[in-house]
Amino acid sequence: MRRDFRARSHPAWWAFLVHRLSGLALAAFLPLHFWALGQALHGEAALDAFLRWTEQPLVKASEWAIAVLLAAHLAGGLRLLALELLPWRDWQKTLLAAAAGVTLAAGLALALAI
Amino acid sequence: MSVLQVDVWRGREDGRFQRFEVPRAESQTVLDVVTYIQRHLEPALAYRFACRVGMCGSCAMTVNGVARWTCRTHVARVARDGRLEIGPLANLPVIRDLATDMREFFDKWARAQGQFAPTATRRDEPARVAPQSPGRAAADAAIECIGCGVCYASCDVVAWNRDYLGPAALNRAWTLVNDVRDGARGARLRAVAAGAGCHACHTHMSCTERCPKRLSPTASIAGLKRATAAALLKGEL
Ligand code: SF4
Ligand code: SF4
Ligand code: FES
Repeated sequence: MRRDFRARSHPAWWAFLVHRLSGLALAAFLPLHFWALGQALHGEAALDAFLRWTEQPLVKASEWAIAVLLAAHLAGGLRLLALELLPWRDWQKTLLAAAAGVTLAAGLALALAI
Repeated sequence: MSVLQVDVWRGREDGRFQRFEVPRAESQTVLDVVTYIQRHLEPALAYRFACRVGMCGSCAMTVNGVARWTCRTHVARVARDGRLEIGPLANLPVIRDLATDMREFFDKWARAQGQFAPTATRRDEPARVAPQSPGRAAADAAIECIGCGVCYASCDVVAWNRDYLGPAALNRAWTLVNDVRDGARGARLRAVAAGAGCHACHTHMSCTERCPKRLSPTASIAGLKRATAAALLKGEL
């Protein structure tokens, strides 16, 4: 018998999924990030042109998404560290809620800042 | 809703679901439904149970996609619109219908050194273990396992890596690692630290979510991760 989504529909599994997907998305984004930083080496004009490009709403929105992903990945990582290093038993759900909360807070703060 | 539509797995791995109609009864369990089918509709249906009261661990099946003990799962809690889907446990070879071959599951308990290794004989005084001692408390939290295989069937890592010892065997090893009377701690930590042991766990917590005894194999495995890491640092592995 193969298991399907029904076997996995519980909060801890979603937390795993968010952590894995945000990790993959960040890994995909990093090369772009470094390329952007590399533009500075080609002189001010190139960097300025690039920075002007990032002023577009769509690019702004994706920057925000990346930052939220980073917050989610960080919070998920802290949750995992706590689960594996502290002798916990009953507050794993609390931990999960805390991870989600940190992500949300970071997302909102950034949305205000951008 | 006086009749249940029940889809039951027939055959082996390449089988299919067969539809049965079962009268609804008060306080009916999923095991009652399967037993009704076997007694009244299909005598050849293969399934397992023994105690009917949540002690023996033999009645686990996949109910509406989720691994459960069937003798203590009420139909009222799991039926959707008068429908049930009942299959064999996942991650284990199917013998026939709802019966799986549990050998690899229990062989892994042996591989994780799940046997108690006594350090005293019957002529010695019984050991005194304080109920509040940390070791006793840790073992207590994990000791009530009935070997039902629900956690094993729910674990993704078992599906990805056939060698993985799995939540139940590791949970068992953790109770013994905390048993002050046991004399095989080193060998056991080596057994669970090896390739597909405790460090292969991804902390998905499906085992903990589904365990009918409300144990937390995830916590036990995290304990083993810490114990094996500490033993490694001390050069004991
Ligand atoms: S916590 Fe570990 S053992 Fe439990 S289901 Fe997840 S991967 Fe499997
Ligand atoms: S740990 Fe829980 S789910 Fe796993 S075999 Fe034991 S009782 Fe069953
Ligand atoms: S029949 Fe024994 S646990 Fe269900």
